Amino acid sequence: MSSSIASLEPPVAAPAGSQQRMNIVIVGHVDHGKSTIIGRLLADTHSLPDGKLEQVRAQCELNSKPFEYAFLLDALKDEQAQGITIDAARVFFKTAQRHYLILDAPGHIEFLKNMITGAARAEAALLVIDAAEGVQENSRRHGYMISMLGVRQLAVVVNKMDLVGWDRGVYDRIVSEYGAFLDQVGTRPSAFIPVSGRGGDNIADRSEHLAWYEGPTVLGALDAFRSEPAPIHRPFRMAVQDVYKFTKQGDDRRIVAGTIDSGTVRVGDSVIFYPSGKKSRVRSIEAFNRPPQDSAEAGSAVGFTLQEQIYITRGEMATLETEPRPQVTTRLRVSLFWLGKDPMIKRKEYLLKLGTGRVTARLEDVLRVMDASTLDTAEQRAAVQRHDVAECVLKLDRAIACDLATDVPATSRFVIVDDFEIRGGGIVREALPDRQAAVRDRVILRNYKWEPSIIEPERRAEKYNQKAALILVTGEHEADRKSVAKALEGKLFEDGKVVYFLGIGSVLYGIDADIERKPENRLEHMRRLAEVANLMLDAGIILVVAAAELTQDDLDVIKASVQPDWIETIWAGDAITTDLAVDLQLPGGAVPEAVDRLKAHLQDKGIIFRPW
Amino acid sequence: MTDDIDHLDELEHRSVHILREAYANFKNLGMLWSIGKDSTVLLWLARKAFFGHVPIPLVHIDTAYKIPEMIEYRDRLALEWNLTMIYGQNRQALEEKRTFPDGAVDRIACCKALKTDALKYTLSGEWPRYRLNHAKRVYEVDRNTEPFTGVIVGVRADEEGSRSKERYFSPRTTQSQWDVGDQPPEFWNQFKTEFAPGTHLRIHPLLDWTELNIWEYIKRENIPTVSLYYDQGEGRRYRSLGCYPCTHAVDSQAHDVDDIILELRSGKFANIAERSGRAQDKAGGGGLETLRRDGYM
Repeated sequence: MSSSIASLEPPVAAPAGSQQRMNIVIVGHVDHGKSTIIGRLLADTHSLPDGKLEQVRAQCELNSKPFEYAFLLDALKDEQAQGITIDAARVFFKTAQRHYLILDAPGHIEFLKNMITGAARAEAALLVIDAAEGVQENSRRHGYMISMLGVRQLAVVVNKMDLVGWDRGVYDRIVSEYGAFLDQVGTRPSAFIPVSGRGGDNIADRSEHLAWYEGPTVLGALDAFRSEPAPIHRPFRMAVQDVYKFTKQGDDRRIVAGTIDSGTVRVGDSVIFYPSGKKSRVRSIEAFNRPPQDSAEAGSAVGFTLQEQIYITRGEMATLETEPRPQVTTRLRVSLFWLGKDPMIKRKEYLLKLGTGRVTARLEDVLRVMDASTLDTAEQRAAVQRHDVAECVLKLDRAIACDLATDVPATSRFVIVDDFEIRGGGIVREALPDRQAAVRDRVILRNYKWEPSIIEPERRAEKYNQKAALILVTGEHEADRKSVAKALEGKLFEDGKVVYFLGIGSVLYGIDADIERKPENRLEHMRRLAEVANLMLDAGIILVVAAAELTQDDLDVIKASVQPDWIETIWAGDAITTDLAVDLQLPGGAVPEAVDRLKAHLQDKGIIFRPW
Repeated sequence: MTDDIDHLDELEHRSVHILREAYANFKNLGMLWSIGKDSTVLLWLARKAFFGHVPIPLVHIDTAYKIPEMIEYRDRLALEWNLTMIYGQNRQALEEKRTFPDGAVDRIACCKALKTDALKYTLSGEWPRYRLNHAKRVYEVDRNTEPFTGVIVGVRADEEGSRSKERYFSPRTTQSQWDVGDQPPEFWNQFKTEFAPGTHLRIHPLLDWTELNIWEYIKRENIPTVSLYYDQGEGRRYRSLGCYPCTHAVDSQAHDVDDIILELRSGKFANIAERSGRAQDKAGGGGLETLRRDGYM
């Protein structure tokens, strides 16, 4: 086993940086000849271990079956993997120009997950089409996937030209049919190469059978691909992975850490974090065991400190004030592919991950489903089936920051998680308006203009021994929510917490005195309530608000101005009569029991702590 | 002044990104440190990711047959770099002398007991963990017995066949088992960070590194390594470190990092696998594959 491993590595490993390397992926419909082409590439570039070719030939003779180049790959993989041949394995070969790593993607439909994993790491792709069979379902599906995954360099290999008598007409028809398809999905291949993998025609050497073809060979097309430069000239985007503070280790730096998705950032730049809209300036770029640097660019895993201390967390996206701002919304029009065995359906909660953001998402609408086998689009579908590519509207539980695929590809990409697994992926096509858009814009401006205190939120939290939180106690009009809310205030106060009860009446006739109490003003009432809450939360307080029959719409507005993870929704009463998603339901009954349960809930959520 | 991001930088940035994702997503996260060059590079990358600090406990599985120098080096760095250092051990197997050096079992069974089982039960918290008390400079039984749900491991895809199938975030079942045939898709820097109760994730930040990359990085960053990797004048050195009864030195006069890089580049070892000095890889058919499905690193 050991010798075959070494031989799959380039015989002489290249010194880092001195020679180019490129990851490529080979995709296409099953049996269109991917393995044969890989076998040929290995043989013709002399990248096989000594004697391997002869060994496989001899073995074929022994079993009296005709030798095929595809067996080379199987032979290598068998040794390498001891029978496990179903994943994207790694195969190396080299040309005079550079080293290649093939992330081999199996063509069978079941293995789409592996193909995506391989393709997402590739800089270029070869897509193989059987000249005799023509364009098939997976030719299209893989072509679309390659485009969605962001692999921008593609060459189409029209294989088995020997089986169609080297007929230029067959080749031309495939070029025109598949070329039109790729055009539709927004990809332009660098070449359509007629080849015979079996005969080695147009793989490394030009073929006399195909004298009418003037384009590059497969190797020529590979060597013509360029290493994709990092997108340093796009707007600066960095998903915040964390804000580190290692005070206990005697380190007072507060470092915003992440990997730069696109663009460049410099010391002194004004940065704005979205979705919050909070603003500061880059004081320094931090690194361990590296010379000091005053700028960093796409591809770098970095960290920086800020001039003005602001409270931001993982999930925010750092941007520059001088560059186009990202989209911030709760409704997205997207293109997505679905990998889950169960279809993606409406009225079900999924988890959407974009950058470092995580948010609950629901399928609001399926606009079109592309049928990869015909490229027909079926309208009016209720669900997205396994291996479908669809255009959908997603509704998010709270606003996230993202970009459109046409603006900044890296930050337009998301995955959908269900039942602990990544079940789909997609790109954002359009940020759709939502009901809270106007409120959110004001909040972004508010946060931008915010005057931060010199006391950081975590210092207040430490001092008060509690986390600031908004406890929304709601329920039916008749329910005794106010007594519960007031009793909770009393209990927490006795425990030494900094807590305040706010009744809706106190707001309606005070801060809301200038607006009439009618349904169309409900949004503004909620906005003002949320703004008051936001101030009190910034002061580190646990705020208990009692309000009758809050709806999900109300909560969405409140979440636009108050940090969503600081909100707890409590329903007092046996039946939930609105569409509100509640964190805790308290059945009707005695107030003291209800308060005990509420307190335990706050302890579970880490807002207050259990005694040792 | 912008850096031209070369290949080592690229590898470093990706690994740092993965380490930070792991740290953000797993409450009970541990990092395996075998004291070898790969996991020491991993430890160094953690210092990169967290700006000189290592907020993740280091877990060492001490088979009691490690070369003594390795343990000295471990404890020296643990103190110097302020590491949360934990080790675990199959004390029962050692006490009952159910080991290969004692002649009781074969190499594979010994690996299973002293490494795989020790690892499994140390990670689950079912067996005692010993934690370094920095003030007293001694190991004490760790009071924390919560299972680790994320385990960072320094395996590389080029080491041997089965490792080339791994993901950056690879799920393991409750029994630490690995379903090679059905692995999660992994793309766009999005990893499997959600997991069902009882299962855990193995996290592999070094998957894309080669043996040569490791040594080039050790040189670039000036990372301290155990002297066993270098020829001390006898014309032999260790290329891969394990337990002394089952790990053999290779013929080599490389006496420092530069020599090793030269040796790897010149192709001296081009046709000899890195783990060729590890006897357990050769014991029986598919020894390592079998071990790995059961949770071996």
